[in-house]
Amino acid sequence: MAEVVKAPQSPVLELAEVRKSFGPVVALRSGSLSVDAGSIHALIGENGAGKSTMVKIVAGVHRRDSGTFRFQGGDVDFGSTAESKGSGIAVIYQEPTLFPDLSVTENIFMGRMPRGRGRRIDRKAMWAEARELFQRLGVDIDPRRPALGLSIADQQIIEIAKAISLDASLLVMDEPTAALSGVEVQRLFAVARSLRDEGRALVFISHRFDEVFDLCDTVTVMRDGAYVGTHRVADTTVPELVKEMVGREVGDLYPKSPATIGEPILQVDDLQSAGVFHDVTFQVRAGEIVGLAGLVGAGRSEIARAVFGVDGYDSGSVRIGDRAVPPRSPRAAIKAGIAFIPEDRRQQGLVVDSSVARNVASVIRGGLTRGGLLTGRAENRAAAPWAAALEVKTNALDMAATTMSGGNQQKVVIAKWLATTPKLLIIDEPTRGIDVGTKAEVHRLLSELAGQGIAILMISSELPEVLGMADRVLVVCEGRITAELDRDTATPETVMAAATNTAPSELSLSKDAEMVHEVTA
Amino acid sequence: MTTTIERAVDERTYASYSRPLLWRLVMTREFAIITVLITVFTYATGQIPNFDGPLTLYYLFLDTAPIMLIALPMTLVIITGEIDLSVASIMGLTSVMLGIGFSDVGLPMPVAILLALAVGAVCGGANGFLVAYVGLPSLAVTIGTLALYRGIAVGLLGTEAITDFPEYWTDLAKQRLVGDELTGGAIDSYPVILIPFVVLLVAFVWLLHFSSFGRGVYEIGLNDEAARFSGVDVERTKMWLFVLSGVVSAFAGIYYTLRFGSARGDNAEYYELQVIAAVLLGGVSIFGGRGALHGVVAGVLLIGVLQSAMRLDGTSTNIANIVIGLLLVGSVMLTSVLSWVSALTSGRARREPPPPPHNPQQSAASDATRSH
Repeated sequence: MAEVVKAPQSPVLELAEVRKSFGPVVALRSGSLSVDAGSIHALIGENGAGKSTMVKIVAGVHRRDSGTFRFQGGDVDFGSTAESKGSGIAVIYQEPTLFPDLSVTENIFMGRMPRGRGRRIDRKAMWAEARELFQRLGVDIDPRRPALGLSIADQQIIEIAKAISLDASLLVMDEPTAALSGVEVQRLFAVARSLRDEGRALVFISHRFDEVFDLCDTVTVMRDGAYVGTHRVADTTVPELVKEMVGREVGDLYPKSPATIGEPILQVDDLQSAGVFHDVTFQVRAGEIVGLAGLVGAGRSEIARAVFGVDGYDSGSVRIGDRAVPPRSPRAAIKAGIAFIPEDRRQQGLVVDSSVARNVASVIRGGLTRGGLLTGRAENRAAAPWAAALEVKTNALDMAATTMSGGNQQKVVIAKWLATTPKLLIIDEPTRGIDVGTKAEVHRLLSELAGQGIAILMISSELPEVLGMADRVLVVCEGRITAELDRDTATPETVMAAATNTAPSELSLSKDAEMVHEVTA
Repeated sequence: MTTTIERAVDERTYASYSRPLLWRLVMTREFAIITVLITVFTYATGQIPNFDGPLTLYYLFLDTAPIMLIALPMTLVIITGEIDLSVASIMGLTSVMLGIGFSDVGLPMPVAILLALAVGAVCGGANGFLVAYVGLPSLAVTIGTLALYRGIAVGLLGTEAITDFPEYWTDLAKQRLVGDELTGGAIDSYPVILIPFVVLLVAFVWLLHFSSFGRGVYEIGLNDEAARFSGVDVERTKMWLFVLSGVVSAFAGIYYTLRFGSARGDNAEYYELQVIAAVLLGGVSIFGGRGALHGVVAGVLLIGVLQSAMRLDGTSTNIANIVIGLLLVGSVMLTSVLSWVSALTSGRARREPPPPPHNPQQSAASDATRSH
């Protein structure tokens, strides 16, 4: 920060070179953040850049391994969320978790309700105080109503009211606008500005540049678990921030070999599921890797789940070749030649308490039955070559998958689906939570599979992965495919613009419309 | 289309098993329960007067047959992580239906039996529909149908009993495998009910341990979401298991009725608890995903042997119940002991720490002052 501050005032929150790892996985290499009182500070970065880990350290959810963590001028080390709260830090999550059956007032004063005579809870005093808080925030919520049925925006207001009543000097908002409508966002911003004017410090995490430029005073960019830079918002531009967020040269890490693209394999037409996704039409051809990009929660995984039949859909059709795939039946989808490697490996991808052999053979075992009998020997025999082809590291085929590393588990899941000889492979977050070496292996494998004529639909929140691997990128925003970009036109900027829906025509909120226009053009 | 991945160099090979055969056989709950069974049986044969007599095993099988039978489908139901508490009520209801069908309606006995089996299938189907397709918890559903089916049974027949079953059928239920005439008066023989039991046992062993359906049963119990993602039809599997449970309970109810020659609404009350106790004693995890039928058979027999040994010894049934209760608790604890031993010998006494939470919601859940 080059700017000279008027008074020699030290920042409210100061993190420097903070490191946090979970076992072998380093989530935060070197996180730094410095937030002043009376300002709104944006924290931006791709998914996996380490923002959430840093927020959790501030919130007292995680303890840092090393580095400086100062709050209000003193060194702190929070061992619990209660300690963090007690010091005056309030963290407001994307989807607040209130007690639905309690009144909004009880939610605000949970654990510290004012006591009247005879140790009874003084409800009247509580309601009066809640009413006063709501007035200050300029919202009209009945303090006696239950939290159940409040919109997400109102739930956040309750959380903010709680923070104010605790007299928090630092409010951290983790993607608060992700689920809000335009009007609600404006109301939230008004509240945030008034809190700033009261001298509180705010940290605002967002994926949307227009919001950052609209609301914030300063911005810190993170990438790959490390601090990249801090700027005054007035002195920076969207392209500059995007460059810092993406950083490295894309392409080198991703060994995508050109493949011959053949016949259409998957054809999805007008797929619709009320409130989840709309008018989804696309195709994936043999040998082609199609990347499905977009923000978390945009509806990408939901589309994939509907195609595979784990979830239903309201209308539209899914075809493999010229055969219609019936809805709501993973079994039918598998029979049609679809393989689906889900995002949540431990919960959906495999049965972690089952053995490697049983997991690998779990989809093909129907065909391993001989004379009416399915034996463990047949499963082992069928599983071994696939485990070998993917270089799964295990002592024996009867080892439970639960003790394996994430990358190794992912290989088991991939082996299980390749054993079905699929025509279409849907892979959701192929390299989430796996180490760098295995990551490259998975990428090489996907490239090879495409080379053999398999159609691949890849969902990824890692922009470099999408840009490095995909022949074609479909960008999903709020349940709709907002852009289709081929390999040459897909850049971090074009994908980001489509994913955050900062298309020029819709940029009513931003005062930097021209700048974003520059980016998307 | 082929999807072979050519990587001839450095082809890995894998051992099928990480432990030697003996270890895999011995270090299991099933083996422990079989050992206890053999020990108790040997002790009883040597020490308890008349235990080695000709009638002991005959009555043991005759008495435990309904529990042995129902324990088969119950094992599969519990392995999927569900439970069926209505089995004894289905026995009572089918007993009443058999009586009404034969005595009041005047159906021929085989038709009345088929009717009773069909009623069992419908009862099980209703449980299965509510659990699998409506998505209600089986504990609640089958507590409800436990009362419902029993209520219908008692309501239909009141406090009466229908006892005019033909002798051919009531004798058949108590029939010995080898007739008295052939053995020349020596009555050292087993009851004929063992034949349908063995047939069903073979069928259920195949279904659970040697079929794709059975692998699905385990996967549902371990992680039903992952099972669904692998193409297992979770709903249909559960539906079928409850139907099977209903039909086998009906068969047990028919047997019970004929054995005692009496159709009553309160027949076989509280049998469900004995069945579940036997299944759990046999090493099946109440959380689903673990267990095997040889353990369950040993569990049922162990309860039967203990009961008849103590009866012959003149011990009160209360003591027998205490012993069975203690064994059950011990059997459940054995899982922890075995996994602890296994962990020690493989050099990793502790599991890896759980992976870090991925999203703010998860961390919010871990925040003690919040709730869902």
